[in-house]
Amino acid sequence: MSISRRTLLRNTAALGAFAGAGLPHIWIKNADLAYAAGGEIKVGVLFSLTGTTAIIEESLNKATLLAIEEINAAGGIKGSKIVPIVEDPASDPATFSEKARKLVVGDKCVSVFGSYTSASRKAVLPVFERQNNLYWYPTLYEGRECSKNVIYTGAVPNQQQDEFVPWLVKKFGKKFYLIGSNYIYPKEENNYCKKLLEKLGGEVVAEEYVPLGHSEFSSVINKIRSTQPNVIFSTVVGDSVVALHRQYKAAGLDPEKMPMASLTTSENEVAAMGGEAAAGHFTSAPYFMVHKSPENEKFVEAYKKRWGADKVTHFVSEACYFQTYLFKQAVEKLATSDITPPNIRDAVKGQSMIAPQGKVQIEPENLHTWLWPKIAQAKSNGQFEILVEAKEWLKPVPYAAYPGQSCTEKGLVEKS
Amino acid sequence: MDQFIEQIVTGLSIGSILLLVALGLSIIYGSMGIINLAHGEFVMLGAYAAWVFHTYLGLGLLASLVPIFLVVAAFGWVIERFVLSLLNNRPLDTILATWGVGIMLQQAVRLMVGSELRYVQLPPALSDSMDVFGIPVSSYRVFLFVVSIALFGATWLLMNRTTVGMKLRAIIQDRSVAASFGINAKRVYALTFAYGAGLAGLAGALVSPLKSVSPDMGTGYVVDAFMVVVLGGVQSLAGTVASAFILGELSGGIAFLQNDTVAKAIVLLAIVVLIRFRPEGLFTARVRA
Repeated sequence: MSISRRTLLRNTAALGAFAGAGLPHIWIKNADLAYAAGGEIKVGVLFSLTGTTAIIEESLNKATLLAIEEINAAGGIKGSKIVPIVEDPASDPATFSEKARKLVVGDKCVSVFGSYTSASRKAVLPVFERQNNLYWYPTLYEGRECSKNVIYTGAVPNQQQDEFVPWLVKKFGKKFYLIGSNYIYPKEENNYCKKLLEKLGGEVVAEEYVPLGHSEFSSVINKIRSTQPNVIFSTVVGDSVVALHRQYKAAGLDPEKMPMASLTTSENEVAAMGGEAAAGHFTSAPYFMVHKSPENEKFVEAYKKRWGADKVTHFVSEACYFQTYLFKQAVEKLATSDITPPNIRDAVKGQSMIAPQGKVQIEPENLHTWLWPKIAQAKSNGQFEILVEAKEWLKPVPYAAYPGQSCTEKGLVEKS
Repeated sequence: MDQFIEQIVTGLSIGSILLLVALGLSIIYGSMGIINLAHGEFVMLGAYAAWVFHTYLGLGLLASLVPIFLVVAAFGWVIERFVLSLLNNRPLDTILATWGVGIMLQQAVRLMVGSELRYVQLPPALSDSMDVFGIPVSSYRVFLFVVSIALFGATWLLMNRTTVGMKLRAIIQDRSVAASFGINAKRVYALTFAYGAGLAGLAGALVSPLKSVSPDMGTGYVVDAFMVVVLGGVQSLAGTVASAFILGELSGGIAFLQNDTVAKAIVLLAIVVLIRFRPEGLFTARVRA
């Protein structure tokens, strides 16, 4: 069949007319704004299943899915099912941003749960701020961020260190060796640690950063030997944590005299390094798997039943779990037609629940979370023993290290 | 002075680990001229093999070393036989093929056993530290040093004192002439590649108790291994040894004086500059053209 110019023009015009009349929602922006349509509420689950940080993010994906399945099994949110849309951002910030856009714009998710690293959170931030959507971030992080489009359910520096550092100084002494991986999180944590030490009259004998993924610590260990600190304050992350602990142990250093105090070593890392390399060192976090509470027993049992008896829960996967429930509580307060990201944000302010770690609450001012700091010591069986539990929950202060600044409902405020 | 000796010993230990990882590559790249980007994945397979033998068969690390060597070598043999030997004399395609094989191995491991970090036990007999020149050093690191030197010795003997080695050297000099003397080049290549892969597997198993075991652990090692081989000079086993220890002392020393981030950058820069002025590496075997 030959197509003449005339037929082509006619057909194209007809097609255009059909598209304009027959598919109007292509042309009218936001025609399909109903986020909760047909008894389904779509949410994005954005944790890496491949690449470097898949090691830990896989467990975050699992904890989030577990919570969603539990909520759906118990009848969903006012009869609507939560439908998780899982994407794999492959541990790459650029892919995070691309997948986040897909979830928010393409799939019209009403919220996205995701990210482990600060780099990936920073990468998706513009997407959520431009689309006025909501990102739920479960990881402990360095603070110093104030976004109206992120709900932060992990600890910020004041919640990990305010109890921990004075306790370490009192118990072991004032000489600290700061070691971290070379990126923003360890630097900000150490920044805050130095401020606390200054107040306590402590001394920093060295502050050192190793490349991400570094696994050869013999020179670091020599330096530790020659400076003889009382405490090795570690914010090394990922598989480097494992290498550092194992080489510390192999070098014959003694955790009783010179313990490592970590903000990043969880049950997950301990399982990989083996109990004997972890034993005797300390971690500060709001949650440990051994924490005794009915909510935690339920969580651990459900997690093991769903994902395998050898699996562990830890302080980031717990936040993944409870933040999904906080999402549910917030959405429950809204009429079905009102379910939009900004409304969920307003509804979640001040929401509280009994999480596995204890009662948590979203601080209305800065959308961070009130948490229960704990200090625990690793045991050779691969679990922790909780030594200190905070008597009161602690307010999140994301700008604790920057006295001139604070995060409010209006955004970042500079006090002069 | 104590600190100086301590640092020298540390450098030797770092160097011995580099040597362990680079030895297999030195054979494959140095002798056969194959740029094997899947080398890191062979290291990773070795580490996972150690984990499997320990978790499922209850074998200790030392007892499983020989089986690990055989398993990973068999893997290497299969890949040489069914992928690389079909790409003879096409170096660019070989690079792509080995890279692809590497990615597939990583994903296969991730799909089969999951992506969490795995635990390989340090042999209990070697878990203490011992005195070396009055410096406390981890017994396991001393053990690694001895093993890496022994493996180097074995490899050197294999290359220079056995018929297979002689045949390989003949093929390297001129494949067609060697073939006309009745040497089965295909078979020798497959065996050599398998041996190199097996060495990489051993390296992975041996470093796993000090470091961590994950599907993408190979990425770091392949870079280290190439640095060692390129610096040492292609076709020079002794050069590989020397450059491993030079790099070990250098990065250990700079890391002590500055930190590991700076050490990594300076060492890489030094190699780039050196390659600019001595593209053949520090040590080169003289071969009649």
